[in-house]
Amino acid sequence: MTYHNLPITEISGGCCCSSEENTSEEKGNYGAECCGSSSAECGCENRKVTSELSCCDILGTWKARWGIGRMSYAICPGLYQLGNPGPESHVFVTANYKLTFDRLRSNLEGIDGWILVLDTKGINVWCAAGKGTFGTAELVERIEAVNLENKVTHRKIIVPQLGAVGVRAREVKDLTGFKVVFGPVRSEDIPEFLEKNLKATPEMRKVTFGFWDRLVLVPMEITGSVKYALMIMTGFFLLAGLGRGGFSLERMRKDGFKSVGLFSGGYLSGTALTPALLPWFPGKAFAAKGAWAGQLYALIAGYLGKKRLLPGRHNLGGTAWTLMIAAISSFMGMNFTGSSTYTSLSGVRKEMRVAVPLQIIAAAFGLILWIISLFNDGDNNE
Amino acid sequence: MSELIYLPDVVTLELDAEKCNGCRMCVIVCPHEVYKMIDKRARIVNRDACMECGACALNCETEAITVESGVGCAAAIIQGAILGTEPVCGCSEENGETGNSNACCG
Repeated sequence: MTYHNLPITEISGGCCCSSEENTSEEKGNYGAECCGSSSAECGCENRKVTSELSCCDILGTWKARWGIGRMSYAICPGLYQLGNPGPESHVFVTANYKLTFDRLRSNLEGIDGWILVLDTKGINVWCAAGKGTFGTAELVERIEAVNLENKVTHRKIIVPQLGAVGVRAREVKDLTGFKVVFGPVRSEDIPEFLEKNLKATPEMRKVTFGFWDRLVLVPMEITGSVKYALMIMTGFFLLAGLGRGGFSLERMRKDGFKSVGLFSGGYLSGTALTPALLPWFPGKAFAAKGAWAGQLYALIAGYLGKKRLLPGRHNLGGTAWTLMIAAISSFMGMNFTGSSTYTSLSGVRKEMRVAVPLQIIAAAFGLILWIISLFNDGDNNE
Repeated sequence: MSELIYLPDVVTLELDAEKCNGCRMCVIVCPHEVYKMIDKRARIVNRDACMECGACALNCETEAITVESGVGCAAAIIQGAILGTEPVCGCSEENGETGNSNACCG
């Protein structure tokens, strides 16, 4: 992983080793062996953090949401001191995805505690737990590596509930003596969870997928497949130059942009409109919701545009685009299952068995019609 | 907004009520309130809400729960089909070369 090479500025606030103020704070019980400024090598033992996020952290979160440097947005695994923890303070376990870590510490404002960061390869708790990197083995190893039993006198660690996908509480207890207490799903509920004596309410145990939860995922949906989208757009742009009498640059300029625009609309219907309006599109399958989103866009684009984008005998191009937009939007909508919080493997398999063949047929049929329409002067799609 | 529910009658979740010792772990770890304690035993009360994450089966003390767990992610299934592997959430550990880049990776 690349976090070993991260410049220290990237993890400001994430590692005590960087900022000057730490030298004055190093008078705790745990010695002052703070690693030097060159050491992002995860060697330091006493890393101190605060619950405050710097503008670097906020910018970092924003970048990660857009997929910029996201795969190396990681911090060193190990034990961190939040505020001034003592031997009786709580231990919070988390992943080494910096976005996750930042969210946790900012939600623990005013709390002194230990944060035990597992090496999840820079991936969030839930997904890492699914892969097993946020799991029993790593947790047990990390507890031993940081010598947790000598840092705290109690024998309880608070593990995020979604970590239960990879962490077997019973086994951790047997191997380390530490009792795993599964905390709330969202770290913002931790203060209340602590007040209630480590009891979570049913609401704290529930994963939600509200409008804003979905909306923050949209940038990543858009950028995630943008490479392929651009390749396809280039293809459409070039093909648009075809027509009676061969290839024409002028025709490419005229119709190329229109084609690229229509394709982009279909792509955005699946990657942005589908997530945003997910509950309101008909059907339970994401592919169906995506197809509806595409149709909504096609309808709007058709009415706003000079020519109707509606299927019809005399509108071959419109028919073609209606089909292609449905296929693209349906496919991209289907891909949103991976970011959703409630789809099952069995369910996605089932919907794909039906949806993928239909998407291929619609896309192929649409493409053929579109190419025919290019050579068809009588077509009023112009 | 009421709860989002995925396709009905698809999940592989099974609970052997005879084996349940009432430890409540499944109720605690389930993110979708699939279980409820009834007469000191866990019962599946909302099966279609299950997303097959596998947390309950992993943490069940008496192995009363079985589920074919995995990621409900189309990109992972496509990648698995192409590479001939199990569907795993993308993002390879070698600079993202072979991984898919769905949002799950962050």
